[in-house]
Amino acid sequence: MNKSVYASPDQVSETKRHILTVLVDNEPGVLARVIGMFSGRGYNIDSLNVAEVSNDENISRITIVTHGTSEVVSQIEKQLLRIVPVHSVTNLDQEGSSVEAEVALVYIYISETNKKKVYQLCDLYRARKIENENNTTIFEIAGASERVNRFIKEINEITKVEIVRSGPVAISSIQKNEEE
Amino acid sequence: MNNEITGAEIVLKSLAEQGVEVVFGYPGGAVLPIYDTLFKQNSIKHVLVRQEGGAIHAAEGYARSTGKTGVVLVTSGPGATNVVTGLTDAMMDSVPIVCITGQVPQHLIGSDAFQECDTTGITRPCTKHNYLVKDVNKLSSVFHEAFTIAQNGRPGPVLIDIPKDVQFASGTYEEKNKIIIPSHRLFEPSPDFEKNKIEEAVELISKAKKPIFYIGGGCINSGPKASKLVREFINMVGSPVTMTLMGLGVVGSSDKNSLGMLGMHGMYEANMAMHECDVMINIGARFDDRVTGRLDAFSPNSKKIHIDIDESNINKTINVDVPIIGDVKQVVEKMISVWKDKKYKIDTDSLKLWWDKINKWKEVDCLNYNNEGKQIKPQYAVQRLYELTKNTKTFITTEVGQHQMWAAQFYKFEEPNRWLTSGGLGTMGYGFPAAIGAQVGHPDALVVDIAGDASILMNIQEMSTAVQYRLPVKIFILNNEYMGMVRQWQELLHGGRYSESYTDSLPDFVKLAESYKAVGLRAKTTDDLDNVINQMIETKNTVIADIWVTKEENCFPMIQSGSAHNEMMLSKDQKQDKKSAEKGKILV
Repeated sequence: MNKSVYASPDQVSETKRHILTVLVDNEPGVLARVIGMFSGRGYNIDSLNVAEVSNDENISRITIVTHGTSEVVSQIEKQLLRIVPVHSVTNLDQEGSSVEAEVALVYIYISETNKKKVYQLCDLYRARKIENENNTTIFEIAGASERVNRFIKEINEITKVEIVRSGPVAISSIQKNEEE
Repeated sequence: MNNEITGAEIVLKSLAEQGVEVVFGYPGGAVLPIYDTLFKQNSIKHVLVRQEGGAIHAAEGYARSTGKTGVVLVTSGPGATNVVTGLTDAMMDSVPIVCITGQVPQHLIGSDAFQECDTTGITRPCTKHNYLVKDVNKLSSVFHEAFTIAQNGRPGPVLIDIPKDVQFASGTYEEKNKIIIPSHRLFEPSPDFEKNKIEEAVELISKAKKPIFYIGGGCINSGPKASKLVREFINMVGSPVTMTLMGLGVVGSSDKNSLGMLGMHGMYEANMAMHECDVMINIGARFDDRVTGRLDAFSPNSKKIHIDIDESNINKTINVDVPIIGDVKQVVEKMISVWKDKKYKIDTDSLKLWWDKINKWKEVDCLNYNNEGKQIKPQYAVQRLYELTKNTKTFITTEVGQHQMWAAQFYKFEEPNRWLTSGGLGTMGYGFPAAIGAQVGHPDALVVDIAGDASILMNIQEMSTAVQYRLPVKIFILNNEYMGMVRQWQELLHGGRYSESYTDSLPDFVKLAESYKAVGLRAKTTDDLDNVINQMIETKNTVIADIWVTKEENCFPMIQSGSAHNEMMLSKDQKQDKKSAEKGKILV
């Protein structure tokens, strides 16, 4: 008996973080269809990212971080596929080999007393200072969410900050042939 | 440039090319150009309803009785919001509908214009797909795609919102066969899908000792041939079969293998057989909560095969062992050929024991009711209706409530597409407009809406429609002056406190019918009943038959919410244990 992708999920499974990447036709309302399915059916969205990824074919990639048991996440994938403009849904955790990254911009309240510590920490995390017309201290940090989390925790211990984060984007790192 | 026509003309031309014969609708400011074009042509008939909610249920009734796509045309704002219930109903019960709504002209969108609403926003979760067409040149391709999506795979409603300026604008028409729909937009299982699973499923069936087929509305949506194949396969196996509310008629009620309906108000023997079976073959059903009862006690010892065209139904509530994604007709055809090729034969001794057990359950006679006295029992009314109409081509629609369950229990369906009821959404007010739609699709057939006194008032305005189009629809009201099912739940779960479930000041239904220039009849006792039914059938006009039934009759058997298949209540005297009753109370 071969194991189908439709085989019953395990009876008991733990809640886990999953990154879903969804390719969609870039048409009006498509994002609303996707996130409306999540809210309407009571699923979670931890973060969401959407951008056009191909100019010629008019396709966007939506990256959604969600959490749930494998049963719930498999149901999310199937429900996403029912949406007409959805091309494909990939659960990157299931694939097991993917890379992810996100960007955070951090406005840092700086003073003579904390300046040294701030710059040391930013240097340690390879956060890049962004020059701007107002001469304020804004750093950019990119990388896996875990790393960004740690940076934010540590900088918070030094001084007051304001943060904006993109939420992760992710891509499968499995080797592909060019024709695919 | 010579080939250009207006957007409104493109709408009508698309409908004509899609083979649409009738549109159910209601005009208004934002669809006037389409109505103007409709006026100038003769190929498409329009049925004017009295409220947009009636239009969409009529389109549903038309679609489900004919197998064609139902088409609705309504205006912007309130026209659109009034169809939301019907769209949701069609979504839940997988009915192919194309709904056209007018929209304010594009330069007014977002300005809170008169009769403006965000139609595509409101209807997004209750349609398979929807469109706001901003470019007249895309109108024909949108229509052709919409019809394909509505009919394809698991059918459902599709809405097209057209701003008024687009209806006036000139553009080119593209024919159906020139439109290429990308495959991902159709989401259709490929025919070869999971072939090995079919073989695995058939082998499992061949080894079953206590098999049961569990048949749902998907078999009806797959077309009449699907029902034939399902019957053929069940006969080959010799297995008992039970049907959901939506699946009634797939296997004839008189078929020797049929155990009738299962679920909350299903047959005792059907539910017991589901509970004790060793192999369950679900064809086109979705393990709805009205069917399964308590999930953790649902058919605990069976291997489950699930055939469904919609992958999201697999393992949604019940985990299955052998899932097969595909159209019932194609899958069952393959199953039959595998069964024949491998010369499978089920173990007849085990099967006989299984049938013996089932026949013992049948002896419980779960539909038995006390039929003494002159007062008409609602069950008896449906039985007489069946006896007096069984030799006529009859379509039965229902509203929602006790009468719906009695109709499902006591009216016997021998063919698919003859039974139209709101299953998933449970929409009171569905039955009468649905009957109008069914009658439009089958002018010579007998169409009876088995109704309750509360439900019928939810769309009673459609009397005017029925009379205008000379549609001899029969409304058969089981009148107990209560919202019967609400009253029953209040009796069983809320200490008999009948909060707001009694309807004071009901209309005189006979006079009501007469005021619409229809015919009103009334049966007060069992002595009148047959006469009234016969008179109703013979009248070539719209009829309301007001059947006075006993007021406090309950619908049994019943699996109370939170209970399992083997914990059926057969009568009021049999109380559910208190703990599970408390648990069940929070469920619907």
